[in-house]
Amino acid sequence: MNMQAPIAPAVRTTCPYCGVGCGVLARPDGSGGAEISGDPAHPANFGKLCSKGSALGETLGLGTRLLYPMMRGTRGELMRTDWGTAVSKVADGFRSIIEQHGPDAVAFYLSGQLLTEDYYVANKLMKGFIGSANVDTNSRLCMASSVAAHRRAFGADTAPGCYEDLDEADLIVLVGSNAAWCHPVLFRRMLESRERRGTKIVVIDPRRTASAEDADLFLAIAPGMDTVLFSGLLAELADRHTLDFDYISRHTEGFEAALMRAREIAPSLESVAARTGLSRKDILAFYELFRTTKRVVTAFSQGVNQSAQGTDKANAIINCHLAAGRIGRAGMAPFSLTGQPNAMGGREVGGLANQLAAHMNFTPEEIDRVRRFWNAPNMATREGKKAVQMFEAIGRGEIKALWVMATNPAVSLPRAGFVADALKKLDLLVVSENVLSSDTVASGAHVVLPAAAWGEKDGTVTNSERRISRQRAFLAMPGEAKPDWKIVSEVAARMGFGEAFAYVSAAEIFREHAALSAFENNGTRDFDIGALRSVDQGAYDALDPVLWPKRTKNGPPETRFFANGGFFTPTGRAKFAELAQPKLHGELSSEYPLRLNTGRIRDQWHTMSRTGLSPRLGQHIPEPFVEVNPDDARHAGLRDGSHARVRSVHGKAILKVKIEEGQQRGSLFAPIHWTQANSGSGRIGDVVVAVTDPLSGQPEAKATPVAIEPVEFPFAGFILARKRIELSEGLSWSRVAVEGGEGVLFAGTQNAAYWRAYLSENAPPDANLIEYTDDAANVFRAALVRNESIELALFVAPANKAVSWNAACAAFANGALSAKERSAFLSGRSLDGQADCGPLVCACFGVGLATIRAAIESGKAASVEEIGALLRAGTNCGSCKPELKRIVNDVESARVPQTV
Amino acid sequence: MRERLVIVGSGMASGRMLEHLCRAMPDAFDITLFGAEPHGNYNRIMLSPVLAGEESFENIVVHDAAWYTQHKIVCRFGETVTKIDRARKVVVSARGETAYDRLVLATGSAPFILPVAGKDLPGVVAFRDFGDVQTMLAAAETPGANAVVIGGGLLGLEAAAALKKRGMNVVVLHLMAHPMELQLDATAGAYLQRALESRGIKVHCLAQTKAILGNERAEAVLLDDGTIYPADLVVMAAGIRPETRIARDAGLHVERGIVVGDDMRTSDPDILALGECAEHADRCYGFVEPLYEMAVAAAHTLAGEQASFSPAKTATNLKVTGLSVFSAGNFAGADENCEPLVFRDPAARIYKKLILRGEKLVGVVLFGDTADGTWYLELIRSGASVADMRGELAFGRTLAMREAA
Repeated sequence: MNMQAPIAPAVRTTCPYCGVGCGVLARPDGSGGAEISGDPAHPANFGKLCSKGSALGETLGLGTRLLYPMMRGTRGELMRTDWGTAVSKVADGFRSIIEQHGPDAVAFYLSGQLLTEDYYVANKLMKGFIGSANVDTNSRLCMASSVAAHRRAFGADTAPGCYEDLDEADLIVLVGSNAAWCHPVLFRRMLESRERRGTKIVVIDPRRTASAEDADLFLAIAPGMDTVLFSGLLAELADRHTLDFDYISRHTEGFEAALMRAREIAPSLESVAARTGLSRKDILAFYELFRTTKRVVTAFSQGVNQSAQGTDKANAIINCHLAAGRIGRAGMAPFSLTGQPNAMGGREVGGLANQLAAHMNFTPEEIDRVRRFWNAPNMATREGKKAVQMFEAIGRGEIKALWVMATNPAVSLPRAGFVADALKKLDLLVVSENVLSSDTVASGAHVVLPAAAWGEKDGTVTNSERRISRQRAFLAMPGEAKPDWKIVSEVAARMGFGEAFAYVSAAEIFREHAALSAFENNGTRDFDIGALRSVDQGAYDALDPVLWPKRTKNGPPETRFFANGGFFTPTGRAKFAELAQPKLHGELSSEYPLRLNTGRIRDQWHTMSRTGLSPRLGQHIPEPFVEVNPDDARHAGLRDGSHARVRSVHGKAILKVKIEEGQQRGSLFAPIHWTQANSGSGRIGDVVVAVTDPLSGQPEAKATPVAIEPVEFPFAGFILARKRIELSEGLSWSRVAVEGGEGVLFAGTQNAAYWRAYLSENAPPDANLIEYTDDAANVFRAALVRNESIELALFVAPANKAVSWNAACAAFANGALSAKERSAFLSGRSLDGQADCGPLVCACFGVGLATIRAAIESGKAASVEEIGALLRAGTNCGSCKPELKRIVNDVESARVPQTV
Repeated sequence: MRERLVIVGSGMASGRMLEHLCRAMPDAFDITLFGAEPHGNYNRIMLSPVLAGEESFENIVVHDAAWYTQHKIVCRFGETVTKIDRARKVVVSARGETAYDRLVLATGSAPFILPVAGKDLPGVVAFRDFGDVQTMLAAAETPGANAVVIGGGLLGLEAAAALKKRGMNVVVLHLMAHPMELQLDATAGAYLQRALESRGIKVHCLAQTKAILGNERAEAVLLDDGTIYPADLVVMAAGIRPETRIARDAGLHVERGIVVGDDMRTSDPDILALGECAEHADRCYGFVEPLYEMAVAAAHTLAGEQASFSPAKTATNLKVTGLSVFSAGNFAGADENCEPLVFRDPAARIYKKLILRGEKLVGVVLFGDTADGTWYLELIRSGASVADMRGELAFGRTLAMREAA
């Protein structure tokens, strides 16, 4: 490969994916792309990136981008319009609905993908000028229970710890967090602590996830029973004299009542074992570790949050840390790992319906303070509707206008099918988007506004440890795209609020945001970045990653909270929470006998509008799937690799079956990433119940009662195409980015003859058809060739004999192929004399399963480290290391003669 | 005194036999070799390149005068044997009788001349020997001259391509629905026809020749349907039949060819037959590979050794005017238990059809890419199960034999 001299200096920015908030160096190539690497100077990642971050350069293309404002025409189709028309349509539409039905008839639904400045402006418009608090965000699906637990215990939404605690801890407990896949760079940091100082890692999760592969102790807890385990721990701490009475008495209140309640929830070890499904030995091992280790970080994520009792779960954890005094000091923290790049920033500005702004709430005093600061004419005076309730209100017709920014609620909310239908009832649905097509846009959006994307927009984000980092632009804004803050400001101006929204830069908004955080604060609110309220453009552009609070320029650095109390409750004391008896909301029944858990996979992000553009990321897991325990699979008559329908009272999805020992009996797992735009029937949100936590409003996304049944698709195959192709109904399919175009994996009842007819109907007249048929075996493989390059390829076979597409993808990427290569292409085998390297394991270096297995089998590598040395796999982001370890074990155990 | 060995026919089969014999027992026989043509053994298969101007006659001669001298073979070229007198053990030619102790008949075959009006006109020629080639070359010298080749088998197509290359306008008339129907299925035949047509050779299938028109010499060919093709040259390439006349006259057992056993002996143990004139186990052969196997068997018999001609399943593996074709086994795959695997790349003119019956490969026809033909032939011969590589079989040995990942 030619090393080209860098065309431009690297721009320091921040990754747009998870809440780790890694620093990224982007070196634009001058033609719309950029070379991506980790920023060695960023304290979140010190130069490391995960597979998703490493592949950011593959996601900068404009092929799927929305570049112009669009409005729905009279015949229902979206048509290009100009900004003036679009802004008038939005502003006038909102204004007239507000005039007729009041401010609570409109709502904004925002996103943790927005920058703080965008978020701030949208929140200000709704809560201060429209006069409603109907602003909620997809953080409701992600962080709300942690927020509620923080507020209940600390009096504010304060993350007490920081990432350095992971370096300093001797015990890290991961609860409901598959950090190996969802926060890979932090997970690697944990593993480094283990190597450096012998830190023990305990993973508590109903599933044996990739994170569990590397744990010292894995507790496969029964779904929803975290509170039992941690109540038992609190009792154990009390019984074994591990309480920090000094801390409890000086800085907290409510301990006795909380302990009593904990004893009710966990009266005995037997009871804990029975309810959590864990062995007494494992429970005691965990309690012992926690009890005897001072430096404990309990890091928790969606497994805790996405629950109808998520707030209690988080408080059960926090209770233990408070009782043992393990908070606010090095290596000691209950630590909420946030899901999104700017979930924390959204919380800072008050982007949730039950927050006002800058960590202020709907108290009369605070409403008045914000009113004065904003000089706001129409302050919201009470909480608005939280996400699930907001869409229910839309379904009932109470909310008539909605503006969605940077998120895809028709996919991600529970009961997604209901949400999509509800959206169609709106008088006005406005969507600010990066991409042309999404399930939300397809739900009848009246106006679609092109928002600037990552790499184009400019502002700040805050990660899980309260660190504010700059996202900086390194690409020109394409088409007529604009930053979200600008779009909102223009609409605000058109609605008559021009003066309060006359922003000319993100820096100006940031200064106002910082000023509000410090406004009449005096140490009463945790969130205070007053030191930054007068950064000029130059300082803003140069802003280094900074932890909040940052009250004054020269004040002492505050990296952790609460070592010496100082809580934000009225008494200044932390409140131990009295927890409810844990019980999953949905009852299992003979009709719905299983629990559906949902979550992320390693190489995709949310609804794939960005990661879906990367061929490398598409290779790890290209199809929507459901993980099933072997016993459940046997009972339901499912084969590995076959298809199944997962069904609840709300809806269904059809997914590929993965039989996994690590999947608990009675429990299923399906990923959240597939939508109707990228799959035929893989949108799992349709199945999920909309039950919410009473305190946080966060839906229980991980415990829906469901049924699973086999779906027989006799035929399966794939299509590779240079351009997007549309598929007919009645087919299970998913779209995957591949090098040189797009792939579709499909399964259905359509046989070889059907696909042959499909292909001849879709063949351009100047393309040559090459084909392979085995009619007796119902096999058809064909390619349309133009100028020696394969324009479109289609392989179909009986489902149990389907050919792997890896080799075909590699050949498709090649471009021009000789006649001999074209013939070999239809064999489905790799062309280059190398064996098919199998499904991708290491996305960073593109190392496949077959290659890795071969290295182990040949004795060239016997450990994860040796695989790394030989093949480089696992040596960049490290997030495949658990998988590598598993492969090593698999191969080794297959080699050892089995003794009975 | 050494035995007298007389050989009638100096073509490729007898030539190969002589090589084996002279190597194995160099001085066992006094050998006399008769040949109807004025030359010794040349590679008849290479007449097409000679006709096309790609090769000279000198280069296709297998045995030159020096070789015959070296092996002390008395050559009687240009001298046709007209009769065998088995009682007196002599053969009769224009120059009298020649006595033999052992006689080998390698008379080859004669072109089949369509029994139509005008078949004897000057300008009508077969494509059998170098003399025919010289006649055709003379006709091709007239610029823009028209040639009609009757017969779309291998020989006819090669003649057509060569004459096209020599600058003639060429039409091939073929009685059947596609060319080379004995070696190719309809699709491969169609691919072949398209390939020829793209070179400017018209192929008229289902063509029933009614007459060759002309007064002094051939001028045109008339078909049953009334079509007339102008023709300065008419090449009869409508098949061959074994040349058996002297054997039949001598009372040897003759069916379609001269009937021989596994040791190549005819019904008279002192007389052997081999080559295109021989019939073994109800079959006559036209391609070179089995004829060479006959040559080995005949040499062994003459040497007094155990000999056994047992023809293997053979394949057609040819370059037709530069286009590769291959077929073997039951490539038609007509019976209902046959399952075809088919690959088509019309633009690249590649076609492959493999016929499976149960788990076995039983037939194959390849057009355009024949590199794996011999592998398929092995699989057909061995009867090994191909079930495990069914999905890759059509793509050749390299891909199919590679371990699946």
